[in-house]
Amino acid sequence: MRTAGGWHTSRVHADETRPIMNIIEVRNLTRTFGQVKAVDDITFDVAEGEIFAFLGPNGAGKSTTIKMLTTLLHPTSGTIRVNGHDPVAEPDAVRRSFGIVFQDPAVDDELTAWENMEFHGVLYGVPKARRRQRIDELLAFVELSDRANSQVKEFSGGMRRRLEIARGLLHTPKVVFLDEPTLGLDPQTRNHMWSYLQQLNASDRTTVFFSTNYMEEAERVAERIAIIDHGRIVAMGTAASLREKTGTESLEAAFLALTGSNIREEEGSSADRMRMVQRMRRGR
Amino acid sequence: MGPPIYIMWLRQMKRFLRSKARIVASLAQPLLFLVTFGFGFSAIFRQAGAGNYIDFLAPGIVAMAIVFSSVFSGIEVMWDRQFGFLKETLVAPVPRTALMLGRTLGGATVALIQGLLVLIVTILIGFRPSWALLAPAIVVMALIAIIFTAFGTAMGARIRDMQGFQLIMNFIIMPVFFLSGALFPLAGLPAVMYWVVRIDPLSYGVDALRGLLINASHFGLALDLGVLVAVAAVLLSIGAYFFATIEV
Repeated sequence: MRTAGGWHTSRVHADETRPIMNIIEVRNLTRTFGQVKAVDDITFDVAEGEIFAFLGPNGAGKSTTIKMLTTLLHPTSGTIRVNGHDPVAEPDAVRRSFGIVFQDPAVDDELTAWENMEFHGVLYGVPKARRRQRIDELLAFVELSDRANSQVKEFSGGMRRRLEIARGLLHTPKVVFLDEPTLGLDPQTRNHMWSYLQQLNASDRTTVFFSTNYMEEAERVAERIAIIDHGRIVAMGTAASLREKTGTESLEAAFLALTGSNIREEEGSSADRMRMVQRMRRGR
Repeated sequence: MGPPIYIMWLRQMKRFLRSKARIVASLAQPLLFLVTFGFGFSAIFRQAGAGNYIDFLAPGIVAMAIVFSSVFSGIEVMWDRQFGFLKETLVAPVPRTALMLGRTLGGATVALIQGLLVLIVTILIGFRPSWALLAPAIVVMALIAIIFTAFGTAMGARIRDMQGFQLIMNFIIMPVFFLSGALFPLAGLPAVMYWVVRIDPLSYGVDALRGLLINASHFGLALDLGVLVAVAAVLLSIGAYFFATIEV
């Protein structure tokens, strides 16, 4: 991991002679929930070392696809290969290959930042000496070293996100999934987050796969973008090629041209109500 | 399997030790039962020639504390699901059985500690057990803790909200407690109720504790232990299966 870096770092890979391999291969992937086709026959590849964005409105099928790629959900039909492994047949091989930052915070509030990292390292079987060293390095990388021993419940949303990024990298995954990672973050934190990930992508050739509904984020960070709507990939390519294809000036216009301008309703979860109940239960 | 089980256990312990409010709150309900029922019925119990009611009641109250603490610990799976942490464990390259066992053993350890705290409280109130068989009594307490934490974990893996939790507390846990003979002697019960008591696994836990602590077993220790071990094995298997098939 090196210092500096920014939105438009040119990427120099350590081993340019290595043949480009697809770290993710998806063929005819479908997932239905009852009558609803959340993901409908999608096919795409992500090359090793690429930064790839899934761009789509709410409820388009982004999270469902990421859940299937990360072994949390079984496909209804179609095939997936992550780092050459099938998430259904070889879940543990797939799990060792990726790190993930979930859409909702997934840290334990009662544990400290360091303990959350340690917990993750033990679950992933990272040997103790290496684990301790990487925890120190990564907490420094996301600028949380001075808060290592604070309980996560004292952290702001941005600090939690940074901790989750550090945690997702602890076992040196080949691909990092981020499901709407910048939702609700301020521009400073967003900027920081992407600079970490771009540095990592440049130095370790870690593939970054993220979903977002921020156009400018996809445009600024991703090398290729797949626009997904109603469970289908409606267009895929670089931001420039998508603008060209739709004959529009901006990616936002291209996005609206491809997905229409209806507002999407997403079903709310009971998480907010649960948070309130737990706060009451704890007397906070 | 070892390190994941240990780290899941350690997490439960750390969460428990950091929430002092939970430790205190968990003592309140058993204490209320012990004082109101214990002192309220002791005169009648004695007049009926059944002996000291506090001595009779205390093992049942210890079991109650363990059951409630266990179910709460087990059901934390539901909170972990709502707050996202469950996913962090489910994408880790470890067998789900290890995750389930680790969190069940952690929850059971917490429940056992709370049971021991309540045992101390009962002694302060006037409970006078025979100490000789305390060690096997602790084993029985641990078995009760494992059974109900595994039950809670299995339920927590399936239910998604507070309504489901309330249903389980009101329609399973409360009847299991009240029909276990924790509060009343089993001799002379109406036949139908006696049969209900006999299919309640907690009855055997309470009975074993009475057998070991006040030398008053109804079913006999061998049957008690046999039932407890069998039920623990079944619930751990069901919990492991439910946990293995969670999709989020």
